[in-house]
Amino acid sequence: MATHAVRVKNLTRQFQQRKVLDDLDLTIAPGEFVALLGRSGSGKSTLLKAIAGLDHDVTGEGTLEVPQEVAVAFQDSRLLPWLRVLDNVELGVKPGRGKAALEEVGLKGRERAWPAELSGGEQQRVALARCLVREPRLLLADEPFGALDALTRIKMHALLRELCAKHRPAVLLVTHDVDEAIELADRVVVLQEGRIGLDLPAHDADRTHLLSALGIGVAA
Amino acid sequence: MTHVLDRPATITTPAKAPKRKRLGLGKPIPYGRVLGPALVIAVWSITSATGALDPRILSAPWTIIQTGFELTANGKLPESILTSLQRAALGFFFGATAGTVLAILSGLSRVGEALIDGTVQVKRAIPSLGLIPLLILWLGIGEEFKIVVIAVTVATIMYLQTYAALTGIDSRYVELAEAVGLKRTQYVRKVVFPGALPGFFLGLRLAVTASWLSLVVLEQINATSGIGYLMFQAQNYGQTDVIVVGLVVYGLFGFVSDALLRIIERRALAWRRTLSG
Repeated sequence: MATHAVRVKNLTRQFQQRKVLDDLDLTIAPGEFVALLGRSGSGKSTLLKAIAGLDHDVTGEGTLEVPQEVAVAFQDSRLLPWLRVLDNVELGVKPGRGKAALEEVGLKGRERAWPAELSGGEQQRVALARCLVREPRLLLADEPFGALDALTRIKMHALLRELCAKHRPAVLLVTHDVDEAIELADRVVVLQEGRIGLDLPAHDADRTHLLSALGIGVAA
Repeated sequence: MTHVLDRPATITTPAKAPKRKRLGLGKPIPYGRVLGPALVIAVWSITSATGALDPRILSAPWTIIQTGFELTANGKLPESILTSLQRAALGFFFGATAGTVLAILSGLSRVGEALIDGTVQVKRAIPSLGLIPLLILWLGIGEEFKIVVIAVTVATIMYLQTYAALTGIDSRYVELAEAVGLKRTQYVRKVVFPGALPGFFLGLRLAVTASWLSLVVLEQINATSGIGYLMFQAQNYGQTDVIVVGLVVYGLFGFVSDALLRIIERRALAWRRTLSG
């Protein structure tokens, strides 16, 4: 087994004159859960899109070693409104495993529903099921819970933890929520000016410290 | 509450809730939409019966119904309807097919777009009915000519709507399709076509209206059969009743075709119904 799920070396990405990612290095071990924090505009999404191979027409260089089996979860559930829930889950894979994946995220029996018939939390569960059926070795998640209400988010955290414990993909979770990062991740990484500014195990991560790394002074 | 108060409860006069004046329109009148037309028919009937309305200007409603039955009995009306329907249906079929095929070629490939889109956009600026003199020189004034004029009108509308829908797919869905690794054919089948379907149906409904408009114009300038011809002849003999029968038929054509398309649209876009209901 490879010693890493993802290896990013000397990654540079720029828009016009502005360097968004500047000679960035990042390695994620198999099964490791990494939370990526950063201020808005710090390049979190740019890094995620680069790893996902979704950045067309962007200038930059660097080496990326990424497994074949990658799944991406977006901030919006991004379900196709004209496909039923099951067809959304099985989009791009051989049909058959979608039902089991839906059962795993607690949506058994909703296979034939249209996405518009589901609540926001349920839609995000479907999006998770769509990731699951791909049996990813790497899960890239771009603020997947950002649009959910606080209660639903707590439930989704528990579900994600459970699914990760069971399937053990490497995870790169982009978030702006420090508490979410500490709660879910094995390792917390802060992006500062296009580089990794802070990289520490989640159990050593301290809320105040992380917040100040994000440029927010907290009165003690 | 069941317990007894040993003191009388103080009664406070509730503060008056401020009453705001309603600015919206309020509840609609039941069957309100029928009222206007019913009033028009009533005035029309009364003035006809009292002789205030000259039948040379407009025949009485009952004369028109009677004429409608007579024209049906002697076969003139069914024959004219059939002729007109055939023209419109053929023109619509060829036009919708051509417009949709061109839109797909242009919407799914940059080469197709380069060749087709500019050309159709130029055509768009020229009203299709303006092509009539040229098309008469090319095709004569027979059925072919009429079908081609309707087809050109329909094709232009179908192209514009379908092309806009195909190229206007939400970029987030394109990104999703890339992220889940769809092949190009799967992408077109599962993302582009279903996503463009609402625009396609909008095109169909606009095109069907335009096809009736072209039909009316065509049948009144140089036809020897059809509803428009029937009305044109009636004009020569001052038969206002026949003209109104023709208008009613045109109205029914438009109403029924739009209703049919709506039913098909509602079935094809079942996923949308849940958004509004």
